[in-house]
Amino acid sequence: MSMDRREFLKAAGLSAVAGLGAKGAFDLFMPGDVDASEHEGHSEHGEGHGGVAEAGPKVRLAMAIDVLQLKDHSKVDKIRAACDNAHNIPHWDSKDDEIKWIWEDEYEHVFPDTHNEYLADEVRELPFLLMCNHCDDPPCARVCPVEATFKRPDGIVAQDYHRCIGCRFCMAACPYGSRSFNWFDPRIPLKAEGRKLNPRFPTRMRGVVEKCNFCVERLAEGKKPACVEACPDVMIFGNLADPNSNIRKVLRERVSLRRKLELGTKPSVFYLV
Amino acid sequence: MYDTGKVITGLVIFVGIFTFAFWYTTGTAAPRPEPKLDTPEIQKMAKKQCIEDTQFMITTHMQLLNKLRDQALRDGNRWYVNSKGEKVWISLQNTCLKCHSNKKDFCDKCHNYAGVDPYCWDCHIDPNRSEL
Ligand code: SF4
Ligand code: SF4
Repeated sequence: MSMDRREFLKAAGLSAVAGLGAKGAFDLFMPGDVDASEHEGHSEHGEGHGGVAEAGPKVRLAMAIDVLQLKDHSKVDKIRAACDNAHNIPHWDSKDDEIKWIWEDEYEHVFPDTHNEYLADEVRELPFLLMCNHCDDPPCARVCPVEATFKRPDGIVAQDYHRCIGCRFCMAACPYGSRSFNWFDPRIPLKAEGRKLNPRFPTRMRGVVEKCNFCVERLAEGKKPACVEACPDVMIFGNLADPNSNIRKVLRERVSLRRKLELGTKPSVFYLV
Repeated sequence: MYDTGKVITGLVIFVGIFTFAFWYTTGTAAPRPEPKLDTPEIQKMAKKQCIEDTQFMITTHMQLLNKLRDQALRDGNRWYVNSKGEKVWISLQNTCLKCHSNKKDFCDKCHNYAGVDPYCWDCHIDPNRSEL
């Protein structure tokens, strides 16, 4: 790419004025034509997770979160800190500016569709850890006009900050609120906090969207995701396509929930209750 | 002609001011930048050679970086096989800046001289400095 983001934005603005910036609209109305890479590794037969079709991908990365263990709230803090430090995530005071990769909320908000007022107290009070679901059919990737967000063959929904133009279509499309926008330079609070940065990972810049990346940079080096390393008993990461993987084993043994299944995004984050 | 003296004087002053930027800076050209290669990591190397030829790196590192970025990020392939067939781990912060641990005396030297402001550093950090 020989243009930088700002030049691109200027060009995009001009072409939008000229009525040329309609790729996003085409994708919405003709979803079959969207980028083939989005559908790589996606089981066409709609079997999705738990019954991965034979023709499916060899690797389908996913996370299972043992929420019952989170009664010990120190684990929530430990996991969140591990992610923050690994990815140089800034802390803003205002909720509006917040950058969230992994955060907590309560059952009622996490599963609004299945909320039941007679729910066991134990579950009602649990902190659920939320993150990008790395959906098998990610609406965020479908709407991105510049293919800055895309699904990799191993199932990770990746975000290419070099390409992101900050239009925030993906934030509107994600039904889970998994994405955050950098309204301001993230280095301002990082500096103010005097945070020791992870020298192995960049920061972001003003005007791009970010979210959990399943620690793609650590996986590439053969390491586990930072949250898994912090609390391996809570965060179980693995390959759904392999029937003998740890995650498949734990999903066979325990009852699991996924968020907003009715939307058809096929989330890859499972909650063990 | 009327006012010949005034017109000529005016013209001389005008030409003088107009060409000010040229004659004022004559002989004061900024010296050619000499990016420094004396980092501990480079000193340790038996053969001091970047991932490709020096001349190629000087003229084409920007295109190469763009290509490697896309290969690592978009194709998920973090190994670059260079023209000698050697494998190099693709990472600006963890490979390039490991040897070139002197961003100020290396990257910035030429970039400042050439008046370019690459947006790499809007996000990427210099791993050798703890503060931003
Ligand atoms: S959770 Fe949201 S951001 Fe993550 S893949 Fe699904 S739609 Fe995209
Ligand atoms: S904000 Fe960035 S990633 Fe999201 S849709 Fe726009 S360009 Fe794509």
